[in-house]
Amino acid sequence: MAKDLLKVKDLSIQYNTDEGVVKAVDNMTFEIGVGETIGIVGETGAGKTTTALGIMQLVPNPPGKIVQGEIIFKGEDLLKKKEEEMRKIRGNKISMIFQDPMTSLNPVMTTEDQIAEVILLHQEVSQKEAMEKARDMIETVGIPRERGKEYPHQFSGGMRQRIVIAIALACNPELLIADEPTTALDVTIQAQVLKLMKRLKDEFETSMIMITHDLGVVANICDKVAIMYTGYVVEYAKVRDLYENPLHPYTQGLFGSIPNVEEDEKRLNPIKGLMPDPTEIPPGCPFNPRCPKVMDICKSVVPQRVEVEEGHFVNCHLYPAEEYKK
Amino acid sequence: MSSKTDNKKDKDLMEREDKLKAKELTGDDAVVKNYQSQTEIHAHPGEVQPKDIDVKAIEPPKRKSQWAEVWKRLIKNKAAIVGMIVILILLLTAIFADFIAPYHYSTQDLQNVRMAPNADNWFGTDNFGRDIFSRVVYGSRISIQVGFIAVFVAMIVGGALGSISGYYSGRIDNVIMRLMDILLAIPGILLAIAIAAALGPGLVNVMIAVGIASIPRYARIVRASVLSLRDQEFVEAARAVGANDFRIITKYILPNCMAPIIVQGTLGVAEAILAAAGLSFIGLGIQPPIPEWGAMLSTARTYIRDAWWMSIFPGLAIMITIFGLNLLGDGLRDALDPRLKG
Repeated sequence: MAKDLLKVKDLSIQYNTDEGVVKAVDNMTFEIGVGETIGIVGETGAGKTTTALGIMQLVPNPPGKIVQGEIIFKGEDLLKKKEEEMRKIRGNKISMIFQDPMTSLNPVMTTEDQIAEVILLHQEVSQKEAMEKARDMIETVGIPRERGKEYPHQFSGGMRQRIVIAIALACNPELLIADEPTTALDVTIQAQVLKLMKRLKDEFETSMIMITHDLGVVANICDKVAIMYTGYVVEYAKVRDLYENPLHPYTQGLFGSIPNVEEDEKRLNPIKGLMPDPTEIPPGCPFNPRCPKVMDICKSVVPQRVEVEEGHFVNCHLYPAEEYKK
Repeated sequence: MSSKTDNKKDKDLMEREDKLKAKELTGDDAVVKNYQSQTEIHAHPGEVQPKDIDVKAIEPPKRKSQWAEVWKRLIKNKAAIVGMIVILILLLTAIFADFIAPYHYSTQDLQNVRMAPNADNWFGTDNFGRDIFSRVVYGSRISIQVGFIAVFVAMIVGGALGSISGYYSGRIDNVIMRLMDILLAIPGILLAIAIAAALGPGLVNVMIAVGIASIPRYARIVRASVLSLRDQEFVEAARAVGANDFRIITKYILPNCMAPIIVQGTLGVAEAILAAAGLSFIGLGIQPPIPEWGAMLSTARTYIRDAWWMSIFPGLAIMITIFGLNLLGDGLRDALDPRLKG
C-alpha cells in the first residue's frame, strides 16, 4: 500500500446548538495514500461536509467544535497548527471543491483573477506570471483562455465548476477535497466534470476525498469508500470489497435501494424509516430503529470497529469482534 | 433525391480530416472552420484545444457586465438623467468657476450695493456690492468639496467599522453598534453643530463635523450587507483557498455590497451639502468672505425685505443641487436593485 498522506484518527466534531449537542462526526477514522481516492458516502446530514471542513479547519466556531482526534497530514497534526500555518496549507497543499458552482465563485471578480488570486497567495510570483498561469489553468480545464476575462455569471454551471476545479488545482495541491462536486450539475455535465477531475487527478498526482451520495460516482473514481450514518462510519473498505460484499445492513440497504435496470421493478426498495434527529440519536447502534436485522444488543451497546477482512472494516454487532480477532 | 444528397453532404462534413472536401461542399472557409472547431470541442470535452483552432469563431453571444446593465437601466430613467445633468453642470461650474464668473468673489463695488439683477450683475449685488452670480458660482466649489469629502470620510470610517462588526460579530459587533446607536440617538444636525462648535469654524472642521455625524448610517448599511454575504459559499471558498480576513473583506465582501453604499453615498452628498449650509447659516461653518451658500443666505436674511435676490439665488442653488443629487440617488437605487422597481 502507498504511503499515507492523510490519516484521520478518532475525529469527533460537535455542534453546540440551542436544541442540544449535535455529534456531526463521531470517531471517524480513515487514511489516504498518495494518489489515492477515498469516497465518503452518506445521506444528507450524515456529517460528510463537516468531516471535510474539519480537515480544512474551517468548521464554523461557534457553534462547531472539534472535540477529539487527530488529523495527521504528512506527519503533522493539523489540529495543532496555528491559524497562520493553516492558511498556508489551505488552497496550497489541501484544497476544496464546493458543492454549488453557482455560489462558490465571487461574482465581482473575473475568473482569471480568481485563479490568479490563489497563485499569488501561495507562490512567490509576479502578478503577470500568476495571470499567465491562471490562463493556462483555464485552458487545462477545457475552457478557451480568452474567456478568463469574463465574470462567473457569463458561464454555465458546468463551466463554473471547471473554474472552481481550476482554482482548487492551481497550486498543485497534494490533497483535493471534493464536496459533492457534481450534485448541482445535470447528468451529462456530471460525466464531463468527473472525467475531467479524474484526468487532472492523475495528471497532478493528487489524492482526493470524494464526498457524494452517488454510489455510481464512487464506483467510477474511488479506491476506497467510507459509508457514513449520523456521523459514524458504519463501513469502510476498498471499493471492490464493498461493492461485492457489503456487510453492514445500512450499506446493504443502500445497494438494495438502487433499482435494477434490467428487471421490471414496480416499486423501489427504500430503507424504511427516517434518519434520527441529530440531537436525539438513539442509544446503541444509531441505525437500530431502521435495521432489518436488529438484535437486542444493538439497542444498548455501540458496536466497535471490526476488521472482517483485510482492509474491510465494519461497525455492526452482526460481526462480533471476538470472531474476527486474530 | 435532394434530401439524400443533403444527408450525404452532412455526413461528408462530419469527416473532420477532410478539410478540402468540406470546403468543396460549402464553399465557405468560415463555416468550415467554425464547424471543425465545434466538433473538436464537443468531441473532447475538458481537453486542451489545439492552438490552430480559432476559438473566437464560436464565441457565444456576449453578455454585458453588471455595470453595463446598471448603466442601461439608469439612462432609461428620465429623472435620473435630469439629476445627472444637474450634477454635471454643477461639477463643470465648480471646475471652471474662474472662467464662468465675471468677477472675483471678493471684489467689492461699494458704489453699487444691493443692486437688483441687471445686465452687469445677473443675480444682483450684495451688501458690499459683490456680484452674487460670481459668488454663487464660486460657492459651488465649497459645497462640492464639503459634500464629497465629508461623505468620503464617513464612508471610509463607517465602512470599516461596519465591515468589522458585521464580519466578526460577537462582542466587537456589540460594542461598535451600540456606539453607533448612541451617535444615532443624537439628531444629525445637532451632533454636527456640537462638533463644529467644539472644533471651531472653518472649512475642514465643517467636513469633519458633517462626516462624523453621518458615520453611523454607513456603518449600519455596510454591516447589514456584510452579514448577508459573510455566510455565502464563495466567502467560504475564499477561506478554503487560504485568504486572510482582510483580503476576504476587501476583495470578496465589500465589492459585493457596493450597491447600497453607492446609493446611500449619493443621497448622503446632498445631506452633507445641506448640513454644511446649515452650519454656515448659523455661523459655525465657513467664514466670510469665502462664498458659501449657507453663509450667503445668513447674511441675506437681514436684507430679505429690501433685496430678495440676495437670498433667492443662493437658496435656489442649494435647492437645485440637492434636487439633482436626490434624483440621481433614487435613479441609482432603482438601477442597482431591479427587484425594487415597481
